[in-house]
Amino acid sequence: MAALLQVDGLRAFYGKTQVLYDLGFEIADGGITTLLGANGAGKTTTLRAICNMVQTEGMVRFAGENIVGQPTEEIVRHRIAHVPEGRGTFTSLTVGENLRIAAYTIKDKASVKNELERVFTYFPRLRERVQQQAGTLSGGEQQMLAIARALMLKPRLMLLDEPSFGLAPLIVVEIFRILRRINEEEGVSILLVEQNAALALDLADYAYVLETGRVVMSDRAAVVKNDENIRKSYLGY
Amino acid sequence: MEQLLEQLASGLANGAIYACVALALVMIYVSTDHLNFAQGEMAMFSTYISWQLMNWGLNFWVAFVLAVGISFVLGVTIERMILRPLHKAPVLSVVVVFIGLLAICNSMAGAIWSYLIKEFPTPFPKSTFGIAGVIGPHQLGVVLVTLFVLSLLFMFFRYTPLGLAMRAAAQNPQMARLVGVRVDWMLALGWGLAAAVGSVAGIMVAHIVYLDPNMMGGILLYAFASALIGGIGNPAGAVVGGFIVGVLENMVAYTGNMIEKETGVYIIGNGEKLTVALIIVIFVLTVKPAGLFGRVVVKRV
Repeated sequence: MAALLQVDGLRAFYGKTQVLYDLGFEIADGGITTLLGANGAGKTTTLRAICNMVQTEGMVRFAGENIVGQPTEEIVRHRIAHVPEGRGTFTSLTVGENLRIAAYTIKDKASVKNELERVFTYFPRLRERVQQQAGTLSGGEQQMLAIARALMLKPRLMLLDEPSFGLAPLIVVEIFRILRRINEEEGVSILLVEQNAALALDLADYAYVLETGRVVMSDRAAVVKNDENIRKSYLGY
Repeated sequence: MEQLLEQLASGLANGAIYACVALALVMIYVSTDHLNFAQGEMAMFSTYISWQLMNWGLNFWVAFVLAVGISFVLGVTIERMILRPLHKAPVLSVVVVFIGLLAICNSMAGAIWSYLIKEFPTPFPKSTFGIAGVIGPHQLGVVLVTLFVLSLLFMFFRYTPLGLAMRAAAQNPQMARLVGVRVDWMLALGWGLAAAVGSVAGIMVAHIVYLDPNMMGGILLYAFASALIGGIGNPAGAVVGGFIVGVLENMVAYTGNMIEKETGVYIIGNGEKLTVALIIVIFVLTVKPAGLFGRVVVKRV
């Protein structure tokens, strides 16, 4: 399959501190790719660099176009949906408003209603809470809201930053099942960043392992999962 | 009794003015965490623009709409040209810029239109309007016009996608960018709307306080008090706070007058109403620091 996202020589900085060193990886169109690594390996920064939320150099080519240097709000218009760490809930808005705000870039306002309905088929629980202030949702519901909001953007690529963080195992299983469905039914490619490597490798079909801002190895998820050496040295389980 | 109603009515009319300026302050505060000290002077400048337009022969309401429109454009321009470059500047630099803006607006108005106090017309007909003896036509008109403008704004923020985008940008700018909202423009738009609402207040109050470059000084003070008493981060609270402060100051003066009439002892009168009203505001804030309607957003982690 052709690469939807190609990253090459990616460098990212927080002030003068360099965090990513010539990072390179690819995401297959329609695939699920995961970035693994310990705390501070640069996983979150990589997602932020793709969306130009940190100071970034190098090449990020999305569907053939180099998007490095474009403002965050323009990169979103290429249909790249970023579900940030901490979920980015608009706490004082209602659940419905949280979803409708994501349709802001969609010109055809009539289709927004259809989009909402489609999103609710994945997250029926959100339908019941449409009028509720989003800050009062539970952690799991807020994570679902964040993914649902990303889905409202009609994304081609979804960037997910630790969707399992702080959630009960049962909820995590449910969310990962929904992610699989979104990938299969909507054809949305996914770039997944996870602390929980076992979980991520189950979902993903390709994996990159990061260490201190560099890619140290990459292979098909099934291979990484069964390679005891990699698991022990990089993934710690 | 009639005097009480009169005072109440004029309090509501003043309160409507405070509500507009307080709302302008809050709109900028919620999106930038800055209190725009120049808000009052910007409104004063807008009022001069409307006066100038009327002087050129335009009808009051045409001048009103044009002046509000021009204020909107000026507000957007000030944000884009003066505050945008200060985006990452420390708070104190921004405060200095606000004070500079205040001084510039004030002296420019003085230089262009002179410091002489001018009379400002009222658009409301004298006889067929108002409730005789209780509320004057201009006061009633002020309340109606401001309520109309405030409800327009409310509908805009509540029901339009652009209004929603502005609220989202104010609440969580980074996430707003991630759903494609052009946050920088939302801030500029917020400045434009604030300037427009402020200009409504200026044009409406000018008939009462007369037009001069310092006309908004006291009003800005009341507006700060209104915004604080309503909860500085709460637009609806600021509006209610405006009406509370407006009625409160008149009630203070009324009580003072009544006491003097009954006992012959002068305690408080019109001269002290600002002081007493502000003392009451401070008292309220010590009891409820977030303001009367300062909502604590429920947040679960």
